[in-house]
Amino acid sequence: MRGLFHRTYKDVEAVRGIDLRVESGEFVAFLGPNGAGKTTTLKLLSGVINPTGGTARVMGHVPWRRENAYRRRFALVMGQKNQLWWDLPAQESFRLHQQIYCIPPGQFERRRDELVELLQVSQLLGQPVRELSLGERMKMELIAALLHSPEVLFLDEPTIGLDVVAQHNIQSFLRHYQQERKMTVLLTSHYMKDVAALCRRVVIIAHGQIMYDGSLSGIIDRFSGHKIITLVFPGDTLPHGLSRYGQVLEEQAPKVKLRVDRNGIADALAAILAQNTVEDVSVEDPPLEEVIAEMFSLASEQAEAEPVKSQA
Amino acid sequence: MTSMEPNGYRALEADSHAVAVVVTPLQALWTWWIILRTSIEERLVYRGDFALGTLMRFLPLVTQVFLWGAIYDAVYASTGKLTVAGYTYEEMIAYYLLTQISRAFSSMPGLASSIALQIRNGEIKKFLVQPVDLVGFLLLSRVAHKLVYYVVAVGPFALVFFFCRGYFSGWPEPHILLAFVASLVMSFLIGFFLEATMGMLGFWFLEVSSLLFVYMLFTFFFSGHMFPIDMLPGFWGTLVRGIPLQYLAYFPAAVFLGKIQGDALAWGLAIQLAWVVFFIILSRVTFHLGVKRYSGYGG
Repeated sequence: MRGLFHRTYKDVEAVRGIDLRVESGEFVAFLGPNGAGKTTTLKLLSGVINPTGGTARVMGHVPWRRENAYRRRFALVMGQKNQLWWDLPAQESFRLHQQIYCIPPGQFERRRDELVELLQVSQLLGQPVRELSLGERMKMELIAALLHSPEVLFLDEPTIGLDVVAQHNIQSFLRHYQQERKMTVLLTSHYMKDVAALCRRVVIIAHGQIMYDGSLSGIIDRFSGHKIITLVFPGDTLPHGLSRYGQVLEEQAPKVKLRVDRNGIADALAAILAQNTVEDVSVEDPPLEEVIAEMFSLASEQAEAEPVKSQA
Repeated sequence: MTSMEPNGYRALEADSHAVAVVVTPLQALWTWWIILRTSIEERLVYRGDFALGTLMRFLPLVTQVFLWGAIYDAVYASTGKLTVAGYTYEEMIAYYLLTQISRAFSSMPGLASSIALQIRNGEIKKFLVQPVDLVGFLLLSRVAHKLVYYVVAVGPFALVFFFCRGYFSGWPEPHILLAFVASLVMSFLIGFFLEATMGMLGFWFLEVSSLLFVYMLFTFFFSGHMFPIDMLPGFWGTLVRGIPLQYLAYFPAAVFLGKIQGDALAWGLAIQLAWVVFFIILSRVTFHLGVKRYSGYGG
């Protein structure tokens, strides 16, 4: 098995006890509120910082030893940081990367041309990086990071600050490239759309600890005990007493939104439909963002109630 | 959430060795050459700034010419002597001109502050993530910076020295000239590794500007930039000769003027070399410890 394997125990404030294993070829998202320890985890795994305790292995390497053998096998892209030379055209930075990573000329040109074509930036290669838009710059950053064909890619907020179109472009590129190359990708993002588009596995971190590790849809099953029923009634008057079935979220004739316990959905629906004439009805899961936000606030309440004991 | 299995772990270790890239010295050299070339291209963006900066550099000299003219007149009027601390008026002006050359090698505008800034805003991360050595990279960028500077500055320098040729008593002997060039190269290295070390103190302090101000002040007085340091009497003279700052401006100029000869010259160069080695080691140690302490600021 050619796997990416890492495991960290932290005894610091930023990351307390993250214990997980990522297989080769997985696309994993780290979700969490600001300051949860997502970026810290990526920094640890890319060897930028040294932990005060614990162990981690990425492809058999201890990241913070910063061996060149390891550094040639991964890449780190940070949405808010520049790796390219600001005053030079991106192609100069690419050539520099070729040298730094010892990429044979033939391979270098093939990969560069492929990436440039996929991201449609061929006309921009000769322009100084400082003249590029944020989205264009991000594309160049990605090319620079992928030239040496890393087996592991760490992406820290790759779509931060980008408009919807640029976000979409980057997402579809990442999805395509990861599937083709079977890279292992760890991504942090605030945009649920990034995560939904890219990752089958989601790890939620809050207060430096793992709150959840599983599929995106599993989050709702596990953390939300509610569903949202939307009812549309005929005419302009709404029936009374709907609040006995659940919490009324929105009440604007002819539409009512009810938040109902998952277990009571069937009974509530049956009762409402039996007693009223209803024009339209829909039952939905609450929005993912809301569920996650709820989970985060729950986590911070817990964290305040009982300070986590350090695990060494 | 599996825990570590010893077997799997060993298999992965073996895997990591299988793909190890062997880098030949020639390849490494080529890499450094490309870094140098890229840095030169980047620097050329600022060539206009360089040309202007070079011209400005000689402006204070005009004041010096008049100031020392007045001092020598006053000394001659009161004591009848034509020299001050062993320097004739012509030598004094020649000394100032020569320190401009020393400073063109040893001064490192923006080096320490940009390192500290990169530490503070997190840009330094790219050097930790990529298989490249930060200090070596910075050295090459600085060499590129200097090369571009010399190409732009050689015109103004030649012009000023041509007009001021009357202050010099001809070219020194070849071995003195050789020693001069050697001391200039070493003054570049001392300046670089000293300032790089200071910039890397940013791993601890984040903000090094006040430290740099103190350093600048000390350099100004004790490197010989302001006056020939062999003028300083007693305790101050001993102190200044004991610290490495004199190699940044005074020493190369004094060598050119023939103030340091024979054994003293050989010793001077040897001690300068020792300081080069000292600061190389110091910068390495600082980098090593600094990175350990680093916590990847700035997201």
